[in-house]
Amino acid sequence: MTGTVPRFGAVTRAVHWSVAVLMITCIVTAAILYNGSIALAVGHRHLVETVHVYAGFALPAPILLGAFSAAYRQDMRRLNRFLPRDWRWLFSRKRRDGSIKVGKFNAGQKLNGALSGGAIAALLGTGIIMYFPGLTRLSWRTGATFVHDWFALAVGLLVVGHIFYAVNDSEAQRGMLSGRVSESWARADHGAWADELLGPARDGKPEASNDAGVTPT
Amino acid sequence: MNEAGRDPELDGRPVGRRTVLGLIALAGAGVVGGKAVQDGLAKVLGPIELRDPTGLISLLPWGDSFRFYSVTGAVPTMNAETYRLTVGGLVRRTASYTLADLRAMPQISLVRDFHCITGWQVSQVHWSGVQLSTLLDLAGPTAAATAVRFRSFDGTYTESLTLEQARLDDVIVALTMLGGPVTHEHGGPVRMYVAPMYGYKSTKWLSAIELTAAVETGYWEHRGYPVDGFIDPSRGKGA
Repeated sequence: MTGTVPRFGAVTRAVHWSVAVLMITCIVTAAILYNGSIALAVGHRHLVETVHVYAGFALPAPILLGAFSAAYRQDMRRLNRFLPRDWRWLFSRKRRDGSIKVGKFNAGQKLNGALSGGAIAALLGTGIIMYFPGLTRLSWRTGATFVHDWFALAVGLLVVGHIFYAVNDSEAQRGMLSGRVSESWARADHGAWADELLGPARDGKPEASNDAGVTPT
Repeated sequence: MNEAGRDPELDGRPVGRRTVLGLIALAGAGVVGGKAVQDGLAKVLGPIELRDPTGLISLLPWGDSFRFYSVTGAVPTMNAETYRLTVGGLVRRTASYTLADLRAMPQISLVRDFHCITGWQVSQVHWSGVQLSTLLDLAGPTAAATAVRFRSFDGTYTESLTLEQARLDDVIVALTMLGGPVTHEHGGPVRMYVAPMYGYKSTKWLSAIELTAAVETGYWEHRGYPVDGFIDPSRGKGA
């Protein structure tokens, strides 16, 4: 029997799911706006465009509002910082066997967060240039469209990859849904974080526990 | 956190922040230089794309390709039998033309870059059709007519030009585009092509041309686009 440990607070989860809904809205409407066959089948371009643009404008809001929560700020700080072990993990073939103990986030999650954040900023900026044509000259709008298209494609791939890893890890999903994960999962996938919460594992046993917010399941 | 109250996970380098700032800088460079990159790519990839049996190249956003806008639900398909273009409003002689009537009129050809106001563009597009001024001369605008309004058989879209703009040499009722009849997706069988202006001024699925006493704001103009759609801003005010 293994207990659970708290992984994500309510604010972090609310930000994640708000961004998820807005991002999926942007992706679905983007597909309609971009693909000619879908665009003509759906039509109603102004409505689709309005939904896309406002979902896009709203996208950074939950990310910024989350900063009112200390737990969320700590998650963001940890996503930001790369330790030497993160690089080792990223370039190791054995990254999934737990031998390189990573913290609360592994390097892939950190990169996903940074790439998503940067891409959201780039898409927002270029989107504003495209939506308000009076702001800039035509050649910049052409450049903005070019950038927006490629960043959108890249973000689409990031989201697909993110969902792929999530679908294959039900405990990670549980962490983002309920906020808690099993100790054994924490030990196996985020060893350094588990050590921090639970103390070092005894004899490599995942059942090791202490008093750090652990509840039995 | 450990006993010292310090979070050891925060000792690393701020790679996340650098990545975010790097992407923002890349995007900024792309806004300024993206047009040049896109023009270069189009030159290299255009010929390859035409012969690409997989069609994969055209799925990627190289630029230089049309995006298909439709502001309503399904647009009816018109052919040589069903299509009619009416010319009316403040004119001495109203008319209704079939596709064959329009094809029998003098045609002109244009090769121009197509520009959407949002920034996407397609270079060197081939067009041909009837100069709008030909149809205006046949209709004979009355003294009260100062503007021309275009309607679409999508049932919703409208656009307008001043009579002076409508008489420009490179404003045509387009019958061919990209080397063939204007396809349904591109607004065929007949659409406007107002060469000196952004794409939204070129009504697709053209069904009617009406002479009016004043310029009436069109579909996208109600939604924020300028009534004056000249691509070259220096042409805007005097026209």
